[in-house]
Amino acid sequence: MNTQTPDQYFTNTLESTPQIHGPFQLEYGKIMMWFLLITDLFTFGTLLISLVGFRFNATDWPVAEKVFSSFPFTEKPFPLLFVGTMTFILIISSLTMAMAVDHGFRMDKNKVIRYLIFTIAGGIVFLGSQAWEWSHMIHQGARLTSNPWGTSSFSAFFFLITGFHGLHVFSGIVLLVILLINVSRGVYDVRGHYLMVEKIGLYWHFVDVVWVFVFTFFYLI
Amino acid sequence: METSTQTQSTAVHSHTNDVHIHEHEHHHHQSFISKYIFSLDHKTIGKQYLITAIFMAIVGMSLSLLMRAQLGWPGEQFSFIGKLLGKFAEGGIIKPEYYYALVTLHGTIMVFFVLTGGLSGTFFNLLIPLQIGTRDMASPLLNALSYWFFFASSCVMLSSFFVMAGPASGGWTIYPPLSALPEATPGSGTGMTLWLVSMSLFIASGLMGGINYISTVINMRTKGMSLWKMPLTVWSFFITAILGVLSFPVLFSGAIMLVFDRSFGTSFFLPDGLVVADKLLNHSGGSPILWQHLFWFLGHPEVYIVLLPAMGMVSEILSVNARKPIFGYKAMVYAIMAIGFLSFIVWAHHMFQSGMNPFLGSVFVFTTLLIAIPSAVKTFNWLTTLYRSNIIFTPAMLYALGFVSLFITGGITGIFLGNAAVDIQLHDTYFVVAHFHLVMGAASFFGLFAGVYHWFPKMFSKMMNNTLGKWHFWLTIISLYCVFFPMHYMGMAGVPRRYYAFTEYEWTSMFTDLNRFISIWALIGGAAQVLLIFNFFWSMFKGKPATANPWKANTLEWTTPIKPVHGNWPGEIPEVHRWPYDYSKPGHEEDYIPQHIPYSETGSSNRKGDY
Repeated sequence: MNTQTPDQYFTNTLESTPQIHGPFQLEYGKIMMWFLLITDLFTFGTLLISLVGFRFNATDWPVAEKVFSSFPFTEKPFPLLFVGTMTFILIISSLTMAMAVDHGFRMDKNKVIRYLIFTIAGGIVFLGSQAWEWSHMIHQGARLTSNPWGTSSFSAFFFLITGFHGLHVFSGIVLLVILLINVSRGVYDVRGHYLMVEKIGLYWHFVDVVWVFVFTFFYLI
Repeated sequence: METSTQTQSTAVHSHTNDVHIHEHEHHHHQSFISKYIFSLDHKTIGKQYLITAIFMAIVGMSLSLLMRAQLGWPGEQFSFIGKLLGKFAEGGIIKPEYYYALVTLHGTIMVFFVLTGGLSGTFFNLLIPLQIGTRDMASPLLNALSYWFFFASSCVMLSSFFVMAGPASGGWTIYPPLSALPEATPGSGTGMTLWLVSMSLFIASGLMGGINYISTVINMRTKGMSLWKMPLTVWSFFITAILGVLSFPVLFSGAIMLVFDRSFGTSFFLPDGLVVADKLLNHSGGSPILWQHLFWFLGHPEVYIVLLPAMGMVSEILSVNARKPIFGYKAMVYAIMAIGFLSFIVWAHHMFQSGMNPFLGSVFVFTTLLIAIPSAVKTFNWLTTLYRSNIIFTPAMLYALGFVSLFITGGITGIFLGNAAVDIQLHDTYFVVAHFHLVMGAASFFGLFAGVYHWFPKMFSKMMNNTLGKWHFWLTIISLYCVFFPMHYMGMAGVPRRYYAFTEYEWTSMFTDLNRFISIWALIGGAAQVLLIFNFFWSMFKGKPATANPWKANTLEWTTPIKPVHGNWPGEIPEVHRWPYDYSKPGHEEDYIPQHIPYSETGSSNRKGDY
């Protein structure tokens, strides 16, 4: 880029070659995505650390196996089975996302489309499950200000953190749908690279990793 | 849209024209709106930030003058204040509730909108691409969005002045429960809501700007511009951007929880047994101390977000005008990094008296005092840069020297306040007010002023008036010291900050004369700023035309044309061959060698190990 005139430079930013420079040999958009994820890590980290602080102080924190024991279409308790399934589906969607990224490197448009659809489906199923779990808990009497199982801050934090995470999954799905439309219109074939798939993929993996921590803090310990 | 069609039309041209220096008329087809308002050019965005910040600074300063009017002449009826504030100052006497709103908005506007948004936004945008040698930011669009979010957030913050019950009034740290209960004070209602909306927009703006600055510095440097050849300005901007990206999300999370407490009845920050208007609230289990932890986890790095860019610009300006290489370049960089790192592990020194475990307090005393080390490294390096140099007293240089003075004065009192035991007496007194206004407020303002005077020729292709600049400097620094130095004595005597009036007690009313003295100097200092504003706008149109390199500086921005062009350099971007501080190098006929001059052209001054 050193030898380009301004006009050539501003033209080239629209052209095929991604601008890869610097000590990390990364394209700038990827650096931006990484830093965006770091900020989000701090956002979630703050919420989770606050949760831990409250939990240490609370004497009547609810027992997760008792709260999260319902499963759709049955009255029998299945502790953590439902959330386990949700988590499994989200992790599988990460796998399909990785496949989409991998096929993106090979510029295999049809395979990218296929795996993006799988990923979006996984995300939607996860969000739907979360909606079911929320409505079930609300029917049982859980509110932001109180809940039938113990200290009120349990449900406040539960709705806040899982809701905030759900919002991230939702925006991830929106991004993936835009990505899917762009891929099927051949935007990235014209551009000559599928880096955008990788960047959105980073975001999707991050959202999954955050869920693993949310899962650990609310359901496991 | 406009730019993309333009670049496409130029793409057609560049096929037919393989000459390197290509005509630029294409970019001049932009309409006024796309060139000056919704501009994607980093130089224009920098200027937009600067103009917005000047406006916000005038507002912030006026608020402080209103406070000083109340403190200097308590109970005096100022008819113009009555006219200005209406029902908030009936009969010309500011109401106590509104005094707190003034305190809050003065702090918020000065810290966030002037010294964070304004200072960083202006100089990061202007200088990063110019000094590292790139056509524009990594993402010009994100950059423009960042400014417009900042603009929107400024408007929302200012709009809270026009709310019936008045603006937020719980202090700029908005501690709960005042901020968490809409019914707690008049300002806790709509005013507080607007504060939170405004800060959310501000955080979004800072985030977009921050990731852009970081990826630009990492990725877009010109050939030869290795990290160790970057000017100290860019180093400090880079570390500052990282601090912002890491600390603001924590405030964001805290703000979300605060919104839940305010609107949805949760009790994250609200403890048991609060009684408001004789009614027991059913909030329970929350912790106001948690908010303090979250706020100060942002709040302390924020101090360095404000100060580090000023330090970087001062280092550059001192070196240029002392005509000497900066002393200890690498030590300066490591000191910036050390300050950046330490700023994340000292936040609880703002909370020594909050009821926190004293053992935890002693840990934070230790980390806080550690900051004195990199700060001293920087101070001694500035002083040794000045030692036996040929100082050229431009207004920018005066402000850089003033910065060093204020940083030392205010920094030393920081060592007192960093001790938990001393803080028992000094916390929440005027000693604290004096400390942080000198070291962070005034010093950063001096960095901002120095930057404006130094880079004005680069922004507007005109020179500012030196005489007015020097008058502005001397009036400002004298009034600053006269305002803030006496506050140390009041603070040591125990006079508390944020009090509406000191007439109630015998022992505080003995400071009435001193308060009046401070208020008079505050008015003089405020009036002195008219010189800067006049000089700024007058020089923009009527100033002497600038030369290409008026300060004979080495950095790359002075190799660009005097009239700024889109893309910064009409031809190739210069390649960098040397560090930016080759001033007064023995053997060279001139006393400076710009960064893009290769060693092959400076045979007489090259030394072993230079290349």
